[in-house]
Amino acid sequence: MKIIKSLLAGASLALVASITQAATSGNTLASVDPEADRLALQSFFQKRFPQVPVDDYVNGIYALDAGSREQWEEIEEFPPYEFDVEEGEVLFNTPFANGKSYADCFANEGVGIRQNFPRWDESQGKVVTLESAINQCREANGEKKLGWKKGKIAQISAYMAYTSRDNVFDVQIPNDGAKAAYLDGKQSFYTRRGQLNMSCANCHVAGSNVLIRADLPGPALGHVTHFPVFRSKWGNLGTLHRRYAGCQSNVRGVSQKAQGEKLSNLEFFQTYMSNGLVVNGPGARK
Amino acid sequence: MLIFHEEKNEEKPMRKNIIKHALLGLVLIGASSMTLADYSADQIAKGKALYLNKKAGNCIACHMIPDADAKLPGNQGPPLLAMKARFPDPKVLRMQIWDPTVKNPTTIMPPFGKHWILSEDDIDAIVAYLYQY
Ligand code: HEC
Ligand code: HEC
Repeated sequence: MKIIKSLLAGASLALVASITQAATSGNTLASVDPEADRLALQSFFQKRFPQVPVDDYVNGIYALDAGSREQWEEIEEFPPYEFDVEEGEVLFNTPFANGKSYADCFANEGVGIRQNFPRWDESQGKVVTLESAINQCREANGEKKLGWKKGKIAQISAYMAYTSRDNVFDVQIPNDGAKAAYLDGKQSFYTRRGQLNMSCANCHVAGSNVLIRADLPGPALGHVTHFPVFRSKWGNLGTLHRRYAGCQSNVRGVSQKAQGEKLSNLEFFQTYMSNGLVVNGPGARK
Repeated sequence: MLIFHEEKNEEKPMRKNIIKHALLGLVLIGASSMTLADYSADQIAKGKALYLNKKAGNCIACHMIPDADAKLPGNQGPPLLAMKARFPDPKVLRMQIWDPTVKNPTTIMPPFGKHWILSEDDIDAIVAYLYQY
């Protein structure tokens, strides 16, 4: 993205609370209503871009910008992530040293389950994303954790998403612990960060499909459905938390830790916002 | 580090800011009697460089300005045209850059002065540059 590589990245953890814009239910555990938030975000985008069907938001910026959509459709004819899906399948099916495999760690042997992540894990008392479940599986079987942002973990996640294509996202908020995680993610989304004092919502709600130099921020609705993503700019496949780190450093802020509590809660919130849309990962982006 | 300091501690920096703004006010009382000719070519050139530089103002990320060198602008913000006519008082223009959240708390435009993104001299130079359009 063209806007600003951080000069003073280290210096700026300025958090200025500004929770406004399309956040319709409340900001406390008692007043927050995830379902109302989800419907409000949908109706915001439907009013703003009445010609775009809700289902099309899984395509990100290409749902809104006809200009770049054509190019992207051409790219999707020979998907740049194809190799990664194949590689991911091999990795997924390769047994660990103890003879077990990923299939032993997941419901339905790990096939067609992407839509249920991230999920609130009551026994751990935290949100578990698909990538963290992959690494938990490895550790439980005596294997080392994989790096979080690219490489093997992204390939395995890509394969698992691929087997789940067209399944409908169904993130559940079963209790107050989960609701608190959702609320924390919601707050992260609307809170301004960094020296440039911008929130995710600034660019991906109000500022979506409006040029920031030569870049068009995509809509927050459907933001996460196609992850992991092959970005031409990266030249390879990356996870959602890799992208989060990029957006956070673009506002000259300190990037939060991949798979830490903060970003996992942010993913929980963002994915809940996309409930009802289908899994279409892995995806390709500019 | 200064940024951190300001945002972390709510009480003191407030006072500091009031003092700073009071000082700013004094400086600007002087400035508002300036004519455009008072901006030097150097200052205007500096303002232009800051406007275009991705690591400095990067105003071009969000605003078009009718300068042939300002290619591929974003359009998050309004075009910066007829600045002299629309902002006869440089104080108002300077304040918009210093801290746009004063006028519009939900604006996407960064608070360049308040968050130490640009120095006071830098902002004055950008004001000088904007007045050329
Ligand atoms: C200064 C503007 C800006 C801010 C602030 C910002 N982003 Fe982004 N973001 C972009 C742009 C531009 C892109 C690339 C275009 C796109 O794919 O949407 C992007 C891409 C993304 C993507 C990938 C979208 C896709 O379809 O692959 C996600 C997810 C995302 N941002 C989430 C966030 C979150 C969460 C935050 C806050 C922590 C945030 N962004 C803050 C500008 C911004
Ligand atoms: C991330 C986007 C963004 C950046 C970067 C940005 N602005 Fe803005 N600017 C805006 C928006 C949006 C407005 C509209 C007013 C509002 O939101 O309150 C605005 C308004 C203004 C105005 C008032 C214009 C009018 O017609 O009322 C001026 C002057 C201005 N900006 C100058 C600058 C300068 C100079 C810089 C760089 C030092 C800059 N802006 C950087 C987004 C931006």
